[in-house]
Amino acid sequence: MAVRSRGLTLRQRRTIWAYVFLLVPLLFFIGIRVAPTLFAMSVSLFKWDILSPTKPWLGLENYQTLFNDPVFWKALTNTLLYVILSVPLQLVVGLFIALLLQRATRWKGFFRALYFIPFVTSTVAISWVWRWMYEPTFGPLNQLLALLHLPEQKFLADPDQALFAIVIAIVWQAVGFYIIIFLAGLESIPSDFYDAAKIDGAHGWNLFRHITLPLLNPTIVFLTVIGTITAIQVFTQVLNMSYQGMGGPLNSTKSLVLFIYQQGFSSFKMGYAAAGTVVLFVIILLITLIQLRVTSRRVEY
Amino acid sequence: MAEQTQPSARPLPRWTTETILYAVLLIGGIVMVIPFIWMLATSLKPAKEIFLGNFFPLAPTFENYQIVLKKVPFARWYLNSLIVATLTTLSVAFFDSLVGFTLAKYEFRGKNVIFIFILSTLMVPTEMLIIPWFILSNNFHWVDTYWGIMFPGMMSAFGIFLMKQFMEGIPSELLDAARIDGVSEFGLFWRIAMPLVRPALAALCIFTFLGNWNAFLWPVIITEKMDMRTIPVGLSFFSGEAGASWELIMAGAAMATIPVLIVFVIFQRQIIKGIALTGLKG
Repeated sequence: MAVRSRGLTLRQRRTIWAYVFLLVPLLFFIGIRVAPTLFAMSVSLFKWDILSPTKPWLGLENYQTLFNDPVFWKALTNTLLYVILSVPLQLVVGLFIALLLQRATRWKGFFRALYFIPFVTSTVAISWVWRWMYEPTFGPLNQLLALLHLPEQKFLADPDQALFAIVIAIVWQAVGFYIIIFLAGLESIPSDFYDAAKIDGAHGWNLFRHITLPLLNPTIVFLTVIGTITAIQVFTQVLNMSYQGMGGPLNSTKSLVLFIYQQGFSSFKMGYAAAGTVVLFVIILLITLIQLRVTSRRVEY
Repeated sequence: MAEQTQPSARPLPRWTTETILYAVLLIGGIVMVIPFIWMLATSLKPAKEIFLGNFFPLAPTFENYQIVLKKVPFARWYLNSLIVATLTTLSVAFFDSLVGFTLAKYEFRGKNVIFIFILSTLMVPTEMLIIPWFILSNNFHWVDTYWGIMFPGMMSAFGIFLMKQFMEGIPSELLDAARIDGVSEFGLFWRIAMPLVRPALAALCIFTFLGNWNAFLWPVIITEKMDMRTIPVGLSFFSGEAGASWELIMAGAAMATIPVLIVFVIFQRQIIKGIALTGLKG
């Protein structure tokens, strides 16, 4: 009996320690994540100008204005374009290079490091380097085109090309990460699977289609989720690669986050910007839920 | 982990496939490196060479770097970035490990609720929190302070998830044996668990440091004074104001990039291993 009661107090002491360890982190997550989330939702219901002392209640008016704002719709469409263009491109190029690297016997580490360099360097610096490369007439890429007797391209100055030009820079910087994760995924596939399939006469494309791809599925899902959420929040590249950070020309590159940033921190319309962030939140939530469902369905076979 | 046997490609002799393989890898590698070469080449050009169309500078000069250093407090920005990234990383490493350890190795009421609660904060995009954070910082005068730049990132839910995964691999018997030897509960975490999860911890530190070193959205909002900018923020404003002085912008970009490149070259093996590790468990 004595032993048992001592055991109980020991367990209680441990429980107390567990709560002590969690105290500060819980306060942090409540204070810095949850409360601000709720606060952002409530701010979106006011005309919240940071400079003016009165903050009149608007109800859903900010949302109404938002959905009637053609620039908001443009930013939303652009954001979807960033996702649709960059995610598949990163996945395909990343997997392709990873497959090559896996087969390489020499200089594997060297190439892996080479492809990974852009990922560790500052996005702001990279964006300005690409902006210089895209510069009309005197930029390196146009010099190269001139050398090949090809017509000059306006790249970032052309509303039809600018978004694609930014996507290229995004993919260029991110692809190293995809390669590393794909390589790790490929190396975790036991070679027994390949040996068994080869005995059954599978090779080349068949081997890839029926062994590599299905076993790589968790990696692909992981990268799709990460890539989609990153692309929805694209901001740094757009701000630094468009003239005066405006998301131009003609709003053709403006992303949702840049739109929110301009409303909140250039025009100081905090309430309006907060309404934009709530819409962003809902989109991310929906995508996460859809992807969770797709993931659990794919596991079945 | 062993290398797989090559999928058979009988029609082509081995050396041909090998050559194509390395040729493709090399072309890709050049595409990855050439923007950096262009950056360096431009940064070493005298202003009058920018519109000449020569690839390499005819009369290379460090003048642009000197001009940039004279125009803006680059050294100060470095210091700011270093302080912010280091302190944030230390905080994340400590708290995320502690929470991961507690959630993995203790039994108590509300454990799962707390874990799901912390994870669910991952679904809220940073952008949504930035307006409340800014209003908060404005009221408490945190604008243009290190604390102001750092406070949102002092702990990360993703890191907690990662560390919990790895802490679960520590045998409970080991902890019980240490308890019998009189090790305190905090000692269990600090002296027993932490050394055992060192690879995961290193990965978390690399991720956090890189993320904070390159962070842009929050630092650009919370810093107003020139002296409190971090490198990305400083570089962005400087480049925007430099107009078409591409040789200066590229010198600034090079100064922001080169130290990171040096650190990466030294630690590339550990960094890549760490990134791969988070991908597998995450």
